[in-house]
Amino acid sequence: MKSQPDWQPASSRSALEIRAQQLSYVRGFFAQRGVLEVETPVLGRCSVTEPNLDSISAGVCVQGVEGGWLQTSPEYHMKRLLAAGSGSIYQILKVFRNGERGSRHNPEFSMLEWYRIGFDENDLMAEVADLVCGWLNCPRPQITSYRQAMIDWAGIDPFVVTENDLHQRCRQWLEPEQLQGLSRDGCLDLLMSFAVEPNLGTETPVFINQYPASQASLARISNVDGFDVAHRFELYINGLELCNGYWELTAADEQRARFAADNRLRKAAGKPEMAIDEAFLAAIEQGLPDCAGVALGLDRLLMIKTGTRDIADVLAFPLERA
Amino acid sequence: MASYSTNEFRSGLKVLLDGDPCIILENEIVKPGKGQAFNRVRLRNLTSNRVWERTFKSGESIEAADVMDHDMEYLYTDGEFWHFMLTDGSFEQFAADAKAVGDAVKWLKEQEVYTVTLYNGAPLTVTPPNFVELEVVETDPGMKGDTAQGGSKPATLSTGAVVSVPLFITIGEVLKVDTRSGEYMNRVKSS
Repeated sequence: MKSQPDWQPASSRSALEIRAQQLSYVRGFFAQRGVLEVETPVLGRCSVTEPNLDSISAGVCVQGVEGGWLQTSPEYHMKRLLAAGSGSIYQILKVFRNGERGSRHNPEFSMLEWYRIGFDENDLMAEVADLVCGWLNCPRPQITSYRQAMIDWAGIDPFVVTENDLHQRCRQWLEPEQLQGLSRDGCLDLLMSFAVEPNLGTETPVFINQYPASQASLARISNVDGFDVAHRFELYINGLELCNGYWELTAADEQRARFAADNRLRKAAGKPEMAIDEAFLAAIEQGLPDCAGVALGLDRLLMIKTGTRDIADVLAFPLERA
Repeated sequence: MASYSTNEFRSGLKVLLDGDPCIILENEIVKPGKGQAFNRVRLRNLTSNRVWERTFKSGESIEAADVMDHDMEYLYTDGEFWHFMLTDGSFEQFAADAKAVGDAVKWLKEQEVYTVTLYNGAPLTVTPPNFVELEVVETDPGMKGDTAQGGSKPATLSTGAVVSVPLFITIGEVLKVDTRSGEYMNRVKSS
């Protein structure tokens, strides 16, 4: 018996309606605050060097441009607009990440990303709270440092724990041979995902801030209580990671050094190195205004709004049906 | 031997773990936005039938298990082995031991078709169809006119299985039984 292809949508009609309402709520929110909506490419010549993000290659062949990548985030393009003097901007778009499909992931997903000139991460956290709580009618988030969350839920201090104790703690999930070659940040990511995250935001939404400097990505770094921490934050509601924000790094040489470090990590992990986006670096060299930026997963926000634990319930056509 | 990398994991995949054949029941990707990805996998060990939960780093791979389901007709038992034959026309026969037959033994009826799972070419498990039709060989005399009350009594079927049946069932009748629950469904009209 040959089964029919699954042509019907995965999400209900009411989920479609709530998605439409969410889009109009977000656009209304930024219109009121005078933030400009922009569009940047989904298809770019370069993609990110991030060691843990796998871009989907596009196979473009036109006018001498070959290859190309579906963008994992609009960050570089949006920062080029900021460097060119756009002022505060936001964007709603589809982004793509290879290898990610599960109850919280689809390789193609909807992202809301915005940048605020003159904000630091605390100003931006307040604005994220306005946006999210205004839509979900939830209490305003608490703020807990990465270090405190790890101490509370994983029972280790991420800044001082020895390699040995860290591995010992990870043994709850991984065999010794699996731990071989897993970096310190890889171990911390394991504890974050398995021990900490399920407990975050279960009663009140919570911002996690002050990430280890090694997980700064594109955020500035400062010394707090003797430890180098990144001006980075994430929001968690019901154990679901909702957004990732930075007080943005504006130093071009530092940015270039981080890209090179990313590529060394990629190479060590057996992943292809990614070409460095020189147009982006040129824009940063020209001068990125002081700003904070954040990316928020709109499908996940919709999951919380509709009370589902499965992203497929809010996607018309998840990958298997697309 | 083939192997599967984490991004090929999906439910139904048969893999070798700690030397035992397992089937993936559930595969969930767990990943902080910019962090290391892991796969949390629930598997059933096909030898012990136990369910395991294991974590893999993204990019790890595990060996594929040579496990295949086949439709086979049950032929006979010699007391030690239960003999099955492929229904694909090849007439190829396989002998399953008591461990492989397991609980299915009480639903084995000659000429009926079963799912036999082969591991490295030898029967690993035998799964009966969801419903089988079997004759009652022993039960207390039927009580006529008492169908509404809904009492029950044990009845022994031709395969040796004992099921709970309504009081009106008599020896020689053919019953449809759900093999998953062992419950009586209904009488089958004898032709």
